[in-house]
Amino acid sequence: MVHDLLILLSCQLAGEASVFFLELPVPGPVIGFLLLFSICLVRGRIPAGLETTAPVLLSHLSLLFVPAGVGVILHLSRIVEEWPAILAALLLSTWLAVAVTGLVLARLLPNAASAPR
Amino acid sequence: MSPERLSAFWVYLQTGPLFWLTLTLAAYALAHALARRARFHPLVNPVAIAVALLVAVLSLTGTPYARYFEGAQFVHFLLGPATVALAVPLWRHREAVRAALLPMAVALLVGAATAVLSAVAIAWALGASRATMASLAPKSVTTPIAMAVAEQLGGLPSLTAVLVIATGILGAMTAGPLLDLFRVREPRARGFAIGLAAHGIGTARAFQEGQLVGTFAGIAMATNGVVTAILAPLLLGWLR
Repeated sequence: MVHDLLILLSCQLAGEASVFFLELPVPGPVIGFLLLFSICLVRGRIPAGLETTAPVLLSHLSLLFVPAGVGVILHLSRIVEEWPAILAALLLSTWLAVAVTGLVLARLLPNAASAPR
Repeated sequence: MSPERLSAFWVYLQTGPLFWLTLTLAAYALAHALARRARFHPLVNPVAIAVALLVAVLSLTGTPYARYFEGAQFVHFLLGPATVALAVPLWRHREAVRAALLPMAVALLVGAATAVLSAVAIAWALGASRATMASLAPKSVTTPIAMAVAEQLGGLPSLTAVLVIATGILGAMTAGPLLDLFRVREPRARGFAIGLAAHGIGTARAFQEGQLVGTFAGIAMATNGVVTAILAPLLLGWLR
């Protein structure tokens, strides 16, 4: 457990360092994610232990969004003022992204069992 | 117990992270139990319920968000390591990914551009302010990435965190029925669409449709995070 956390945090730290010093336009954890994937590629396997730790961390992903979500309390006045634009943008744009992505991929996937022709 | 002792204990609790951290976990556990009782119906979203409960408690007790966050930051912090940990499912399903690499790359680019540009265009058409538009642009990607992108575009990172979570909740509630409407039944395409548009909350929902659906949602969430971080500043540099 300690070893697995150390790997995850080290990748994140290395990610933050490369973003800071190389002035990359991407957040540190994303570089950390790419770094860990590269480590798996080079070694040909997942570092021991992460196989079980990562799913534990990811199984309650929803929980991790709660503290930021409570931040809605800070923006109530802006949201009340601009709610028609915000709600329309969120809903319509999310629907567009879901429909466009789903339709494009269903059309392009090879040997898709139920793809309409 | 006298009211004085009780209020002294309340004041004492406010000096450490214990109370608000415990309450965050309790609110989530309650919300999760409700969602389970509703057999994980998409409209009974655990994040939405937990947030509503906590907002109610903060309002009733007059607690400032900053004090709440002193406790809740320990949960929030785990978003970073969780983002890194996404490399594990990606590695595990690398064969499925390799087999669909080109179609996914095309869907990813088209989907990412649609998500960013349509959000900004709709908000602009309805007269939203510049800061709101910049905060809306990265709404479909996972919170830590979206907050960094919003900052780069001249938006408000804390507003973006809220909009990202609202997007995840709305996406998790409506993406399934919408894909049914468009007759997208291929599990890989369904998962990829939900994960791209509604990040981690959508991915959590996609796993309830099945392992393959959830896996492709996770891939879409991770790759859209990277693509949007690069694409949004290129497309929307003029917003700053």
